[in-house]
Amino acid sequence: MLRAAGLALIVTLPFVAGCAVEPWVKPYERDRLADPIMSWDRDPVSSAYMHHVYEAREGARGATGSAGGGCGCN
Amino acid sequence: MAALAASFALASAATAGVLPEERADVLFHSYDGGGVTIQGPSLLVRKQFAEKFSASANYYVDRVTSASIDVVSTASPYTEERTQYSVGFDYLHDSWLLNLGFTSSEENDYSAETFSIGISQDFFGDLTTLSLGYSVGSDEVRRRGDSTFSAAVDRRQYRLGLSQVLTRSLLLGLSFETITDEGFLNNPYRSIRYLDDESVLGYSWHAEVYPRTRTSDAGAIRLRYYLPYRAALHAEYRAYTDTWDIGADTFELGYTHPIEGGWTLEARIRGYSQTAASFYRDLFPRAQFQNFMARDKELSTFESTTLRLGASYDVLRAGWRFVERGTISIAYDRITFDYADFRDVREDAPPGEESLYSFDADVVQVYMSFWF
Repeated sequence: MLRAAGLALIVTLPFVAGCAVEPWVKPYERDRLADPIMSWDRDPVSSAYMHHVYEAREGARGATGSAGGGCGCN
Repeated sequence: MAALAASFALASAATAGVLPEERADVLFHSYDGGGVTIQGPSLLVRKQFAEKFSASANYYVDRVTSASIDVVSTASPYTEERTQYSVGFDYLHDSWLLNLGFTSSEENDYSAETFSIGISQDFFGDLTTLSLGYSVGSDEVRRRGDSTFSAAVDRRQYRLGLSQVLTRSLLLGLSFETITDEGFLNNPYRSIRYLDDESVLGYSWHAEVYPRTRTSDAGAIRLRYYLPYRAALHAEYRAYTDTWDIGADTFELGYTHPIEGGWTLEARIRGYSQTAASFYRDLFPRAQFQNFMARDKELSTFESTTLRLGASYDVLRAGWRFVERGTISIAYDRITFDYADFRDVREDAPPGEESLYSFDADVVQVYMSFWF
């Protein structure tokens, strides 16, 4: 189920990306998203450590990292 | 301790179209719970070159002193040290970001090496970022006091991430990860417990036997919302399943609030619950009851809750030489573990009638970060 959802995303996104989509949040509207408090991973050393703490004591693993990307402020 | 040796890659904040920020971090970590204390430093440096390249290096140490319930039940308390080195390299080309990484972890009875490669791409006017990643790892398991024992583990990780700007205040993140392991997957020191009429205690111990393969799937959804008075809320849910029949749910809710004077405060709650592996039992009827047998509490049915409080303070706000700014941070996590089918064998009670085990852990991190 989880794997199917991931594969569906990989397969469909490049096709959808080929379409011209007008950004619905303009570059000048991204000030809030650019604030450091909106970062997925503000302190990478600290979050890597906590993932390690949990992974050593829990059966579950994976899908813990930041999804990458963010505000698209560049 | 082999269980602590699973190599963990420092999560690269892979933002396509932008190189990772230039920063240096010095962190001291301390874990104290269930008879185990683990302390050590973690150092990270990230530097950009020629506006297209970025390199990073991380040094991490766990100094372990363990008298955990597993250790006092079947072995003697011990101390050991694990050292981990990671290096990373990023290359930016238009809206593509390529990253390569290598991690090496070493302790007296476990070695692990992991290579990783990843690529990220922005779409839709930079509102969407897709990340793909692959890692391959190779571990060597050894056993103290037995120089003839050596076993291998091969690992593969496949990662997919999506970050999406939904509104000018709301971000969505999706992550999927499949991990496959093959080789010697159990802890060479841990034992199962089985009923034994000939023992004074009523039970005896026997080495664990695990399957030689494991494949897991995890999927997570994250939301991050900017509140109008400059604060952030985040929520997260992760679902997990694997071929050992472990199923797990993880929830997290957090709040970040900057206040006057350069302080940022954080509070977070995390809930975790899992079901046991199909071959887990606290007490087996006999030594050779089935092909695979485990009594690792990490594979049992349990719940865990974490409460976090954190604060960071901006220093060097006017900069100093090549340093643009810096922060000093402290984070405290209180974690509780409540096991549903793992019993405390330190109690003097008939086999299988001991109290269910539980413990609390205190986790403290103190760190300084500098951006340049």
